[in-house]
Amino acid sequence: MYSDKVIDHFSNPRNVGEIADASGSGTVGNPKCGDIMKMDIKVEDGIITDVKFKTFGCGAAIATSSMATEMVKGKSIDEALALTNQAVAEALDGLPPVKMHCSMLAEQAIHAAIEDYQKKQAAQA
Amino acid sequence: MNTIYLDNAATTAVSPEVLETMLPYFTEHFGNPSSVHATGRDARKAIENARRQVAAAINAANPQEIYFTAGGSESDNWAIKGAAFQNRKKGNHIITTAIEHHAVLHTCKWLERQGFEVTYLPVDENGFVTAEQVEQAITDRTILITVMAANNEIGTLEPIAEIGKVAKAHKILFHTDAVQAVGAIPLDVQAMNIDMLSMSGHKFHGPKGIGALYIRRGVRIDTLIHGGAQERGQRAGTENLAGIVGMGKAIEIATTDLAAKSAKTAALRDRLIDGILERIPDVRVNGPRERRLPNNCNVSVRYIEGESMLLRLDLAGIAASSGSACTSGSLDPSHVLLAIGLPHEVAHGSLRMTLGSDSTQEEVDKVLEVLPGIVSDLRAMSVLNERTSTVTDEVFYRAQPKA
Repeated sequence: MYSDKVIDHFSNPRNVGEIADASGSGTVGNPKCGDIMKMDIKVEDGIITDVKFKTFGCGAAIATSSMATEMVKGKSIDEALALTNQAVAEALDGLPPVKMHCSMLAEQAIHAAIEDYQKKQAAQA
Repeated sequence: MNTIYLDNAATTAVSPEVLETMLPYFTEHFGNPSSVHATGRDARKAIENARRQVAAAINAANPQEIYFTAGGSESDNWAIKGAAFQNRKKGNHIITTAIEHHAVLHTCKWLERQGFEVTYLPVDENGFVTAEQVEQAITDRTILITVMAANNEIGTLEPIAEIGKVAKAHKILFHTDAVQAVGAIPLDVQAMNIDMLSMSGHKFHGPKGIGALYIRRGVRIDTLIHGGAQERGQRAGTENLAGIVGMGKAIEIATTDLAAKSAKTAALRDRLIDGILERIPDVRVNGPRERRLPNNCNVSVRYIEGESMLLRLDLAGIAASSGSACTSGSLDPSHVLLAIGLPHEVAHGSLRMTLGSDSTQEEVDKVLEVLPGIVSDLRAMSVLNERTSTVTDEVFYRAQPKA
């Protein structure tokens, strides 16, 4: 049911962990549905220079977390905000229909981390 | 890589001996058992032989009480719908449990939409119902009690002999879904006062697509599949000849030396469960340690999700299953795990491994070698831990023996 790319990102997830001095951090999902995703981002001069995730969830949740971090690393905030769940799923060579909500979660986690960063920026200004 | 297959509650491989018995019934003995000629009579003989084998396995008084079906789900559907509609004039109330297989639960849900009333008895933290609970739920409108013999997810062995006694005393029909129990524990429909019993061939090294329903002589239920006069006019359709032959052979093998085989499997099960508890911290056993299916191991591993464990085990050549929502295609985890009081997070973290009659100690030891590393890897990438999880020790270790 899973593509080779999903299995690859699930078995060797990229960017696992946390950023101690994160510019922004977002957690989405809940234990009830079985997926929780946390994204930390480091932003320098409007560019996401580092991103780490931690995920409680199924293979698709872990793989989409991993792929989403790869796709936003080195990108500007605006570029990262433009990342869609379809793009994450496509980059993984597709997801089974019942697992599409996992890719939604990855998009939401990125957005939540950026929102947190922007709030902190606004508070400083 | 040789797969270590630990999903025998889902299905089992057809044993070579069973296959060999079946093969001639696809080719030289292919006859329609309803035909008058010798080819047909051969087929008829084979079916009646299988019927005797199945009857003997559950100590049915007469082989004519065995009706072949297309599997466990059909048997459950037929028994419950057939009894409900046959007894509609007597009443409309059915008693079952919250942890039945969906073949029973969804049939009951459908009957509710047809005007029947169903009591879903809650279970305790190990999945048990009691005969007292059943008795207290009986009303003067009760027409059927259906309680599974053994739970497919957590292995709980329900007190069906006691429930049979209660049913008999109140003259209410008693059906049991014994799909997981056949070939695992002794079953005696006469001693246990069972009126109807569902079985499925592929759970004990028989083929898929074949099952049986035991219906005690004198018990009348409505027909589910109308048509020809097969199965004494109760279940139409040309018989699944090779399947029936295979199921008969498989049930005979499965119930021969049952006590010794079960004891061997139970020892492996305990080695697996104890080994997991020893090697991996923050794990609970789902279901009881006693009165449990000899082949069933079900644990919840804290802070991680079941499907991710399954995938990692699969990559290591080990086939298992989980009650996580992510494996069912729905958003909710197993109804059984929720019914024994597990929070969603803990139910999502369940891992079921079910041994087969051919499972070995080497295979169990291999799992014990591989699983701790998988768990620590997944925990390292999980956002949940002792600080972030909202599930307390008290809730997590509910009903577990004190360490």
